[in-house]
Amino acid sequence: MKRHCGGGAANRGLTPAVPPSNSSGFAVLTASAILTDGLVYAAYLFIVAIGLTLIFGVMKILNVAHGSFYAFGAYGAATAVGIYTNGDWPAAAGFLFMILMGMAVGLVLGIILERGILRLVYGKDEVIIVLVTYAVFLILEDVIVLIWGPQSYAAYQPMVSAGNTEIGELVLSNYDIVLVAIAALLAGLAYWALKFTRYGRLLTTVIFDRETAAAFGVNVTLVYTATFIIGAMLGALGGAVMAPKIAVTLGIGVEVIVLAFAVVAIGGMGSIEGALVGALIVGICRAAAVHLVPQIELFVIYGVMALVLVVRPYGLFVRAQPRKI
Amino acid sequence: MSHRKTLTRWVLAGLAVTAAAVPAQAQQPPAAAPIKLGIVSFLTGPAASPFGIPGRNGAEIVIEALNTGKAPAPFNTVGFGGTKIEAKYVDETGSAANVVTEFRNLVQRDQVDAVVGYISSGSCLAVTPVAEELKVLTVFYDCGTPRIFEEKPRNYVFRVSPHATMDNVAAARYLLAKKKGVTSYSGINQNYAWGQDSWRDFVGAMKVLAPNVTSDKVLFPKLFAGEYGAEVSTLLTSKSQALHTSFFDGDLEGFVYQEQARGLDKRMTIIMTTGEAAIWRLRDKLADGTIIGGRGANGPLARDTEINRWFQKIYTDRYNLPPTYPAYQMAQSLFGLKLAYEKAAKAGAKPTADEIATAFKGIEFDGPAGHVKMAIGDGHQGITETAYGTYRFNKQKKEPEIVDIVRFPAECVNPPAGIDADKWIAEGMKGAKCN
Repeated sequence: MKRHCGGGAANRGLTPAVPPSNSSGFAVLTASAILTDGLVYAAYLFIVAIGLTLIFGVMKILNVAHGSFYAFGAYGAATAVGIYTNGDWPAAAGFLFMILMGMAVGLVLGIILERGILRLVYGKDEVIIVLVTYAVFLILEDVIVLIWGPQSYAAYQPMVSAGNTEIGELVLSNYDIVLVAIAALLAGLAYWALKFTRYGRLLTTVIFDRETAAAFGVNVTLVYTATFIIGAMLGALGGAVMAPKIAVTLGIGVEVIVLAFAVVAIGGMGSIEGALVGALIVGICRAAAVHLVPQIELFVIYGVMALVLVVRPYGLFVRAQPRKI
Repeated sequence: MSHRKTLTRWVLAGLAVTAAAVPAQAQQPPAAAPIKLGIVSFLTGPAASPFGIPGRNGAEIVIEALNTGKAPAPFNTVGFGGTKIEAKYVDETGSAANVVTEFRNLVQRDQVDAVVGYISSGSCLAVTPVAEELKVLTVFYDCGTPRIFEEKPRNYVFRVSPHATMDNVAAARYLLAKKKGVTSYSGINQNYAWGQDSWRDFVGAMKVLAPNVTSDKVLFPKLFAGEYGAEVSTLLTSKSQALHTSFFDGDLEGFVYQEQARGLDKRMTIIMTTGEAAIWRLRDKLADGTIIGGRGANGPLARDTEINRWFQKIYTDRYNLPPTYPAYQMAQSLFGLKLAYEKAAKAGAKPTADEIATAFKGIEFDGPAGHVKMAIGDGHQGITETAYGTYRFNKQKKEPEIVDIVRFPAECVNPPAGIDADKWIAEGMKGAKCN
């Protein structure tokens, strides 16, 4: 395994490897590529979807503006990358700064939205709430232009300075490996928080049955506010970690929100393990499609979602709820 | 005479003089109403930064120069035919229905004399029938689909800029000229009309020019997907020596960052048919050896003529960045419209849309991007030469450069009059005049 560091196309010491010419070697290569690509894509989807599924599970709100959290996190991270590259900070400190900046943007945005707008529509019809979040999403798209302008931003420095690793014929970006690690850490943290902290257990009861929880004296309003803010920060974190890979430009929130919905629908709304499994399924299926049958790459995500919903209409990890009167 | 009579006489004389003077002043013609142009381009959204804004800036700077009469000959009359131009800038963002509504607003509410605009092929296809219905002179400046004039004859719609077939035929020719050992190529293009048509024309041209070279991985990710990890992996497992892409803007930049991090450009030469618009942003992030197209001889691919130097100077002085191809396309479109207008105008009277259209058909002129001939599409579609080059980042000057430029004459890479572009390629590009 060879590891290369440093930036710029010119000083990369890679030797162009040629893919294996025998078919079994090629099959192994393709299979390992599908696995690694699937994991990386799953990591990206999980980080974005976990916030969405939390908000839906607790508040039963389909938050279309989650795409805005992602976009704001990405733009905040791009600004942070600009600051630390101009200041010549070390790469690790800069990366941490970028993450924190993204989450801070999510925090502020989450507070403004929850206290300012959502608080006014709790208890109203679900359709109205979806429309409100959609309207907020549209407004925030233009707010982005007001703050950051219509041009796109490049924040590639963390990804380039991480370098890459060659495993056989496959070249992996170290930044992608970091992404997978972050997603795994997040999954672990979420599991621990839900099972072993007081807030986590309150959250679980509210997800399970809001009215009963309220009857037992749980401060549901506080849980709502805290959940929305945490969900916003997680969405923004997703944008922040993805910013070095993509061009941070207008419209990135739109793409990601559709994918996040598909993941949450597969896993079940409100289920963290569902988001994890859903992300893995979507990631690996999509990677397989791109490698083997690229024509169905777009369809396969939604095809899988439709298949899962036929068998388990509430998603993989959520049981049908008996209707209450 | 009495004092009163003298006074009366003086008053009457003064009135008579005033009365004589008034008709003389009334004989001066009133100031001519300005020519109103609607300029439509992406001002917001993902396509704004690489295309929409440079196109809009190109319009602004050229209209300013025309209104002061400072453009080089033969464009040195003020505005169009001595009348100043007033521009209204409209955002192209939105659905096709939106775009059409805005077009109707420009024509019916704002009463523009002509519309110059449109980047998205979708917008152009939607606006064409409406322009014909409203009988408004419309010049498409950037959209690339060949279909506009192939579907049926048009009266009021024109396109000075060549369509996308030229870009992909020239890409194939340049690749085969510069990389003689190519045995296999792959492609990654966005999954909509632009990406599909670009790939189709490239594959078609390659089949004609080098039938033994095969295509391997054919990838069509979603427009604005942004994350290309799986695609990069797939290409890393391919044996191709070349990769064709018509990606632009955020997709192109994201793809370049992601493939750079994994060394894809070390394994295969990447051909970017719209790469010229991105070099000033990507700079040293774009790998040396990338093949760059600019939808014509635009920007660094343009010939060093006086009018090109003039255009580069006024644009760079105002916007601190060199003009890229959308700005060139807008300039060419405005110059073409100006010449057509002036050819049609007789003795200071304002020409009608029909007269301008008749004058526009088949004209030829020289602009910053070279010589234009409105030669195909029944005289409504322009052809120019094009150029492809290889990218190099000059480390001493710390500036992007395009070297090893090869020019392809207009009749080499554009279909001749009277035949559809894809049919022309499929039948072997008969009649192509290459040097």
